[in-house]
Amino acid sequence: MEYNVKVWRQKNAKSKGHFETYHVTDVEEDASFLEMLDILNDQLIREGKDPIAFDHDCREGICGACSLYIDGRAHGPDDQVTTCQLFMRHFKPGATITVEPWRSGAFPVIKDLVVDRQAFDKILQAGGFITVRAGQAQDGNAILIPHDTAEDSMDAAACVGCGACVATCKNGSAMLFVAARVSSLALLPQGKPEAARRAKAMVAKMDELGFGNCTNTRACEMECPKHVTVDHIARLNREFLKAKFSE
Amino acid sequence: MADNKLVSKIPDGPLAEKWTKRKSEIRIVSPNNKRKLEVIVVGTGLGGASAAASLGEMGYNVKIFCISDSPRRAHSIAAQGGINAAKNYQNDNDSVYRLFYDTIKGGDYRSREANVYRLAEVSAAIIDQCVAQGVPFAREYGGYLANRSFGGVQVSRTFYARGQTGQQLLLGAYASLNKEIAAGTVKSYPRHEMLDLVIINGQAKGIIARNLVTGEIERFGAHAVVLATGGYGNAYFLSTNAMNSNGSAAWQCYKKGAFFANPCFAQIHPTCIPVHGEQQCKLTLMSESLRNDGRIWVPKKMEDVLKLRKHEIKPSQIPEEDRDYYLERRYPAFGNLVPRDVASRAAKERCDAGFGVNETGLAVFLDFADAIKRLGHQRVEERYGNLFQMYEKITSSSPWEEPMMIYPAIHYTMGGLWVDYDLQTTIPGLYAIGECNFSDHGGNRLGASALMQGLADGYFILPYTIGDYLSHKFAEPKTDVSAPEFDEAEKAVRERIEKLFAVKGTETVDSIHKKLGRIMWDYVGMARTEEGLKKGIEEIGKLREEFWKTVRVPGTNEEFNQELEKALRLVDFFDIGELMARDALNRKESCGGHFREEMQTEEGETLRDDKNFMYVAAWEYKGDGKEPELHKEPLQYENIKIATRNYKD
Repeated sequence: MEYNVKVWRQKNAKSKGHFETYHVTDVEEDASFLEMLDILNDQLIREGKDPIAFDHDCREGICGACSLYIDGRAHGPDDQVTTCQLFMRHFKPGATITVEPWRSGAFPVIKDLVVDRQAFDKILQAGGFITVRAGQAQDGNAILIPHDTAEDSMDAAACVGCGACVATCKNGSAMLFVAARVSSLALLPQGKPEAARRAKAMVAKMDELGFGNCTNTRACEMECPKHVTVDHIARLNREFLKAKFSE
Repeated sequence: MADNKLVSKIPDGPLAEKWTKRKSEIRIVSPNNKRKLEVIVVGTGLGGASAAASLGEMGYNVKIFCISDSPRRAHSIAAQGGINAAKNYQNDNDSVYRLFYDTIKGGDYRSREANVYRLAEVSAAIIDQCVAQGVPFAREYGGYLANRSFGGVQVSRTFYARGQTGQQLLLGAYASLNKEIAAGTVKSYPRHEMLDLVIINGQAKGIIARNLVTGEIERFGAHAVVLATGGYGNAYFLSTNAMNSNGSAAWQCYKKGAFFANPCFAQIHPTCIPVHGEQQCKLTLMSESLRNDGRIWVPKKMEDVLKLRKHEIKPSQIPEEDRDYYLERRYPAFGNLVPRDVASRAAKERCDAGFGVNETGLAVFLDFADAIKRLGHQRVEERYGNLFQMYEKITSSSPWEEPMMIYPAIHYTMGGLWVDYDLQTTIPGLYAIGECNFSDHGGNRLGASALMQGLADGYFILPYTIGDYLSHKFAEPKTDVSAPEFDEAEKAVRERIEKLFAVKGTETVDSIHKKLGRIMWDYVGMARTEEGLKKGIEEIGKLREEFWKTVRVPGTNEEFNQELEKALRLVDFFDIGELMARDALNRKESCGGHFREEMQTEEGETLRDDKNFMYVAAWEYKGDGKEPELHKEPLQYENIKIATRNYKD
């Protein structure tokens, strides 16, 4: 099968980017979207051109590295998948497919479709952990956690840190990302002692790094490949308010 | 006889007391001196992240490096099914000894007793540590931790977080790492690739790394270096490893004098989604946990096979009596839960006999119909929901309606850098942990034990043992990165890079890597022969020559350049592949994942040769184009009765 791929090219963080359109041929029906880009890159290299840079690694939807905005949607036109789990069967043969990097001030472009997401690491460094050292822990069964609580915590912990929520939000807010971590830990007894401090510190860091505010459009939830819901944002808000009141 | 270059430093005394004894002998470093010491950790998977976090907590100055944009993306994240620990929470008579025994037996009696016992001994504390970090392990309704079973064992000792256990454990270790980064004890260098080890006066003192964003070649010094860079399964091109997983950091250490042990021991995982076409670059694993409830089969009748291939019938239409549940038939005691190497070979046997169920003839069924009937939709959903979804997204076929199709694929490498009991390589000051060393899994790793080993090494073993080395170093000043040894290493790295750009050929790196993968799979894959291995070595040599004549690496070094990254890794994969073949050729026996066709029982099972091969094969680099030298570390089993692995009764 054949496609036209209109893709964002940008040499580095400092240069100005632009779209280029390429024609890619001989794509197998069962190929994934990233395999299509591999084929296109093979073609470009053989033509003496510069291949398209894009982040990817596990190719099974768990590492969170892939990060493409495809035809106006984060991770493309399928639900609850990362780009590496998107397959060409979702595109009509001959279609023109537009591919862009995440667009957010907090995620500057490194090259072509590759962006810098270190802001996410910095938010987690601000408090996305439980302060425990190796060797301190008591027996795992000494902390009882009801089945459903563990499942709720796991729902939030499923976040892969890809940044689709930020890329799809009109405000460029990282609320869903922050909420996923805060909520996952706040639900568990082990996470409670630091819950307030954690919420405050992570929200403050998010603001400092230039992410926008949440206006409850729920676009993040729609595009989250791991179906992390805005319920967790509600829990983050509760934790944040509790922290403010206790000041 | 023991080789005098391989001093394993296994403590004397009874097995159960060895680790306690060693810990009491290990010198420790006082808090004020820890502050003066620097440690480099390369890799941020379970081993690297947990080691760096623990060393930071102890007060050392740590620098940690990873090739991805964030430490959280290391390939440990993709582990699905679970982590083993001898907690005996199920009251099924599990114990440290039983976990030790299962691991030694699963590894087909080719791993070190003392190391494996220690692994089992610290396993319980790993679960406690992870719970304390907030890892949301599956819980029973009473709030207690849940367990499931994995291959090669008869107890339920596997802890899990849905089908995302690796992700959750890594996020736990990454959180601890973040805590230490915030505290200032650890400095993180993402998008940095180690390209060489720097040795001064015979000791590991630093690394040369390429900044993957700018292309700058940078120098980093320390008092010790810890390698946690995973395995080399991508030598086969198609594997379940992440695209960027590679063996280069370990390989560069090998070229600097670290011995490489048992390179031929590669694990082929039985339950992966079959290859769909020529353009594929990655295989997807379906967790071993699925074998708890899924049943593996192919049709008994060839006519059904042919109809399936033509899509004339659906698998669910084949009546029960016409199905061959071949694992249950051949291995009644363990059934679908035999170890990975056994399950993989059995699938190959059926497919070689012509019973493969898809167009390529390289697939068998993994069926959940019985489990859904027995447990109900909701419980199956809770256990495997995300795996079913993943399978459906990739194949557009629903496991709720028709069985999955699976086939074996390269998954893990048991071989790696040789280490002593302290996890130190043959280069003083260079340590290797996790998949990147060889020590714990012998010829075959049991499921849910990779996560256990990564975290055991990182949280509880290395942070103690490295102290013994560092206790002699606190008086030494910080490593001077302007030393001539750094100049030399950097120069060599730059030459390697320039040489690649200079070829200016027409072939892409991936197209050549694919060819290497085919050679590896055909000659160094699931069934190996003397003739095939010799042919494989020859073919790798030819392909290497072709590479140096025809490869095209576009762009320059001074930019973000993924083709250059891949080319540098492929150069090492040629060498790694060759050493794997050489080691497989030397090991004229079948054991674990290493199957020499000449050495099998009448029933097609592995046939070990304990008299001649009960040793660790550690290879020493002797120069490019020269044959490496083999050193042997004899394996002694004092606490376990050596037997033929039996999963039948």
